[in-house]
Amino acid sequence: MQLQYFLFLAAALFCIGIYGLVTSRNAVRVLMSIELLLNAVNINLMAFSSYLDPQDVRGQVFTIFVITIAAAEAAVGLAIVLSIYRNRDTVDMEQFNLLKW
Amino acid sequence: MNLAEGVQIVSFGLLGLMMIGAALGVVLFPSIVHSAFLLAGVFISISGLYILLNASFVAAAQILIYVGAVNVLILFAIMLVNKREDFRPLPNAWVRKGLTAFICLGLLALLGTMILSTPWAISSVAGVGDQAIIVIGEHFFTDYLLPFELASVLLLMALIGAIVLARREYLPPAITTQYEQQQPVFTLPERPRDAALPGTVRSAQSGSEAPITPLRSDR
Repeated sequence: MQLQYFLFLAAALFCIGIYGLVTSRNAVRVLMSIELLLNAVNINLMAFSSYLDPQDVRGQVFTIFVITIAAAEAAVGLAIVLSIYRNRDTVDMEQFNLLKW
Repeated sequence: MNLAEGVQIVSFGLLGLMMIGAALGVVLFPSIVHSAFLLAGVFISISGLYILLNASFVAAAQILIYVGAVNVLILFAIMLVNKREDFRPLPNAWVRKGLTAFICLGLLALLGTMILSTPWAISSVAGVGDQAIIVIGEHFFTDYLLPFELASVLLLMALIGAIVLARREYLPPAITTQYEQQQPVFTLPERPRDAALPGTVRSAQSGSEAPITPLRSDR
């Protein structure tokens, strides 16, 4: 087992996440893509912690912080989606043009 | 290659295939509910990868927090905004998708060459293994104490912010009047948006009662 395998896997997951972030039109799916991105970063951190810093595992500490932030982000993001849905009656990303001039 | 290494490589391949396939399903499936369930598959596969990396505590935390909390939250959000609408097709959607796929593949190639060309300083020291949870606890209460406390404050802020954002400010009058005819069960009072709502006028006249506006209101 090598470090590079894990890094490749994380890079692939990150690219899938970016593709979903840009192309999906449902706002909830955009939030799921953000979760994919955060998980790709977590895999990177864990692989570095296991292969480059196995004695005091700082990568795992950072992974726990990222998981915490991701949970908070999911809660606030879904609340925002719910509030937009109540105001605009749609979850289509193309119709969220409130800030367009 | 001995047996343990072979088992590691086979399970890594299986978990990686599961993860990439489920992630592609999350992004590409037309039904959002299927995507949400596949997202749980992605999280579970990632937790298996953490176990391969000798991090059992983070693997358990991943399953607890992601599958148990975040994914259930996403499913609830899908349930709440479940409107069967067909999105209006865009004129040049395939240009956008093709361009994004091209850029993502380019990014993948770039990251791949970076991974291959970087000389990683692989440490040869034996890892802490299952003692990792002790080391993590020591980190949390010594050199990462400030971020740890800040994370707790941030979680509290996110909790309050999510409640403030997601609670319903007012009710349309039709629902309020319909609700008034049956004697309301005890509900938490909510701030009315304008005083012209019939529910608030009546309770303001009766004086002693708190303005009763029902919380649940799904049309």
